[in-house]
Amino acid sequence: MEPVEQPVVALVDVVAVLGSFPALAGASLVVHRGEILLLRGPNGAGKTTLLRLCAGLLPVERGTATVLGCDLVADRTAVRNRVGLLGHSNGLYADLTVADNVRFWGATVGATQAEIADSLTRMGLSNRLADVQVARLSAGQRRRTALACLVARRAELWLLDEPHAGLDAMGRDDLDVTLRAATAAGATVIVASHELERAGALATRVVEVVGGQVRGVAS
Amino acid sequence: MNTWRIARLVAAKDLRVEWRSRVVVNQVLPFAALVMVMFAFALDNDQVLTRVAPGLVWLATMFSLLVIVQRAFAVETADGALDALQVAGVRPGGIFLGKAMALAAQLAVLELVLLGAAVVLYKAEVVASGIVLLVTTYVAATTGLAFVGTLYGGLAAGAKGRETLLPLLMLPVVAPVLIGATRATEAALGTENATPSDGWPWIGLLTLFAVVFGVGGALAFGSLIDE
Repeated sequence: MEPVEQPVVALVDVVAVLGSFPALAGASLVVHRGEILLLRGPNGAGKTTLLRLCAGLLPVERGTATVLGCDLVADRTAVRNRVGLLGHSNGLYADLTVADNVRFWGATVGATQAEIADSLTRMGLSNRLADVQVARLSAGQRRRTALACLVARRAELWLLDEPHAGLDAMGRDDLDVTLRAATAAGATVIVASHELERAGALATRVVEVVGGQVRGVAS
Repeated sequence: MNTWRIARLVAAKDLRVEWRSRVVVNQVLPFAALVMVMFAFALDNDQVLTRVAPGLVWLATMFSLLVIVQRAFAVETADGALDALQVAGVRPGGIFLGKAMALAAQLAVLELVLLGAAVVLYKAEVVASGIVLLVTTYVAATTGLAFVGTLYGGLAAGAKGRETLLPLLMLPVVAPVLIGATRATEAALGTENATPSDGWPWIGLLTLFAVVFGVGGALAFGSLIDE
């Protein structure tokens, strides 16, 4: 009998608060390895909070939460170096060049020069843009750079908040190809997006987040 | 990745940010030099200026430190990089040490310029017998200031009104460095017939200060920057 694989994310009745506001109010979710899960739902539903909680940035007030085998209730910092989070901000240093940024974030996990060059190539940044300061880039180019940094970090779980925002058609295609390649290599992806057509076509499963709870599963 | 490697990585990144932006060179150094000139205008007496030169150098250093620390953490919070460092599992102690190292390097350049300005503007004299004490004072005080600056910069980074909060939090804490470094520098420069031996007890205070804030900062930094 084959051993049953543990889910990458297992949340049961999780409550998380932002200030005094319960941003997650009894959310339950299971995500398996290799999935691309789309979180959809209205603004303020708790999608971003769910991603930040899975990244170990928010404490679990109540319930149980396990991500990549790490118990977030006991120690939410343990999971951090194994996940990659792309939130509303890009996490870039505006004074550094595109290549400087990707090199820095890659170096935090000991990425080789070849892996860093590959990350730039995957997101279409290995051309003249590599030596341009991030401050001079358009919003879409910054998003591409942030995604290249994420690729360089080789995370096991990718948590992406509106990753298609600001990207042009080519950037969106590059992102989709990169995410499919990442899951084929064993990574898992959770995407929060309002762009249901684009992200929905990419996703292997869709769930709805409403009022801090995960509801209804559509295939 | 171990703490020391993270520290070197973060320090190199911070120094590269400065190399590309030249904020310290083009803005902070002129600001510090301007402060020294304004002191000269305000006091307008060579004898008084020579007498108070060590204190004015360290006071200008403190004011400039506030600007450098604000800048060092503004680059981390402007686009969520500090959050990203946390998610990346980068050891907080490594971030603390790395940022302190970069801050110390920038402070060292600043202090050299300010000492030069004191020699030119205030007729302060660097005597050979005080060189060892002077260098030791600068190393100990700079280390302590870099640790405090990084600790309080991290503390204020996520706070509302951090621009005004940082001076309020930090200036009282660095007062012992201002006093100790000024007395030791006076002894090193021979101000009012002071001798180098008068300055060494102050080195003990500066060293203790650096050790306390270095160890405390490395241990507490993770909790400070966490939500």
